[in-house]
Amino acid sequence: MATEQLTVREPRVRPAARPSADDGRAAAVRVSGVSQVFERGRPPVLDGVDLTVAPGEFVCLVGASGCGKSTLLNLVAGLVQPTAGTVEVSAARPALMFQEPALLPWLTASGNVELALKARGVKRAERRTEAARLLSLVNLADAGPKRVHELSGGMRQRVALARALAQDSKVLLMDEPFAALDAITRDVLHVELARIWAEQQLSVVFVTHNVREAVRLGTRVVLMGSRPGRIVREWDVELTQPRTIEAPGVSALATEITSELHREISRHAA
Amino acid sequence: MPPSQTTSSNRTSDEPEVGTRAIEAGLDALDSTATLPPGPSLGKRFVRTVLPPIVFLAALVGVWQLAYDAEIKPSYALPSPGDVAEVFWERVTDGSAFEAIWTSLSRGAVGFALSLVIGTALGLAMWWSRWLRAAIGPIVSGLQSLPSVAWVPAAIIWFQLTDAAIYTVVLLGAAPSIANGLLSGMKQVPPLFDRVGRVLGLSTLGRTRYVLLPAALPGYLGGLRQGWAFAWRSLMAAELITYSPQLGQGLGQLLNVGRELSQMSLVITSIALILAVGIAIELLVFAPLERRVLLRRGLTTT
Repeated sequence: MATEQLTVREPRVRPAARPSADDGRAAAVRVSGVSQVFERGRPPVLDGVDLTVAPGEFVCLVGASGCGKSTLLNLVAGLVQPTAGTVEVSAARPALMFQEPALLPWLTASGNVELALKARGVKRAERRTEAARLLSLVNLADAGPKRVHELSGGMRQRVALARALAQDSKVLLMDEPFAALDAITRDVLHVELARIWAEQQLSVVFVTHNVREAVRLGTRVVLMGSRPGRIVREWDVELTQPRTIEAPGVSALATEITSELHREISRHAA
Repeated sequence: MPPSQTTSSNRTSDEPEVGTRAIEAGLDALDSTATLPPGPSLGKRFVRTVLPPIVFLAALVGVWQLAYDAEIKPSYALPSPGDVAEVFWERVTDGSAFEAIWTSLSRGAVGFALSLVIGTALGLAMWWSRWLRAAIGPIVSGLQSLPSVAWVPAAIIWFQLTDAAIYTVVLLGAAPSIANGLLSGMKQVPPLFDRVGRVLGLSTLGRTRYVLLPAALPGYLGGLRQGWAFAWRSLMAAELITYSPQLGQGLGQLLNVGRELSQMSLVITSIALILAVGIAIELLVFAPLERRVLLRRGLTTT
């Protein structure tokens, strides 16, 4: 196979234990020495995980199923309390997107976004216009009055993104949000997400098991190992945005991360 | 045939050629559920839904007439359709049919409203308290299968022959169904919805008000529908047994008059009226309500 012509710099590889980024600014997310045991006597789901996300960073967590990446995300979201260690988040309440759009089917698209605004204490009069603004941000300006079941999968996930943005949190957590979408829709949503991330200056933690997607979107990719879940290795992605999932640089780094992932998974073979 | 177009992939820019927004708009247009074809015409709908029950009823009356002509039973036990129609018409023209319907229906409405409040409160309490659910859950479920006519003697001893006795019977018949409907509706709410509420930062009360209760609405409606059916049945049982001038004449009492006079035409007339009210409430209240809720959520297309 012909070697690919790389038009970007070789990615720099960092050691797994990343020194905490204490550069004066408060981290967006700081997970220190976090362990999570769900059942006594069973191996921990997470074991001594340290992860710091700087403001404006886009960190992608990749790993095999059951490596605890979703658990880690739930810990950061505050839905679960860690057995040991600490979780600090700069935002009072980070926004979270699930793999399912998780829209409430009795509300319209706009109603779903408005509920998030209401929960935040936005006044009734402002909710409607703010929801319309957020929906047009995800290119759904006309979908406001539509019911959830009238929307396609990609549209629903964009409404979910608008709802997450309605939380007005600078920290956005995403749990495989595009895993259930077709490839074309996913590519388009990658572009939307990358744009919104840059425009809104968000700090994103993005869980996926699609390595290419991680490299396509992230400024940093964190590989997690399974049983117990821990951080194995990290890569800074020094490719310029905008980039596409087909770009040679993305492809090259994804290949490297995938082979590391395979090595990690094969450790568990009997 | 021209060779298929191939594009060299060594574009310098990674930017897509067509704007993302345009692709997105195209996908949305392609993906969106196409508008449903227009429903069947009025004539077709008539043929499909209204005509069959009419044909069936006509056939039923025909068989009845044949049975009457064959003298299967003496005419005091099996009057002809004509005899019944005559008594029915009498009761309608002198207004006593409407009086009985009004007496029963207003009683049923009060009893059902009472059951609605108590059943809903009970369902919520059972949702909040695991202990309460364990303690009274089996009894509440069991009450649904207890024929509420069994409460009539007790209710008469407690409240004598008053409306209170009748309401007690209706309440004990309907409230368990409503409580159970609400509870099972809430149990069926996907846990994901509660997580959404928590992520959005809603309080426990807010999650109940804006997530849990609306999500449980279809199950709750099912409970209300069943609760009304039980309330109506309990009411008829109570009216049939409790009989006093101060209670007025409801449909159940009308049925009892027919029995005491051995007037089969009046008995059949009363049964037809009881059935008609039950069908009317179902068709005019519960069916449209349920249809609206399910349509809004995309749970049904018809």
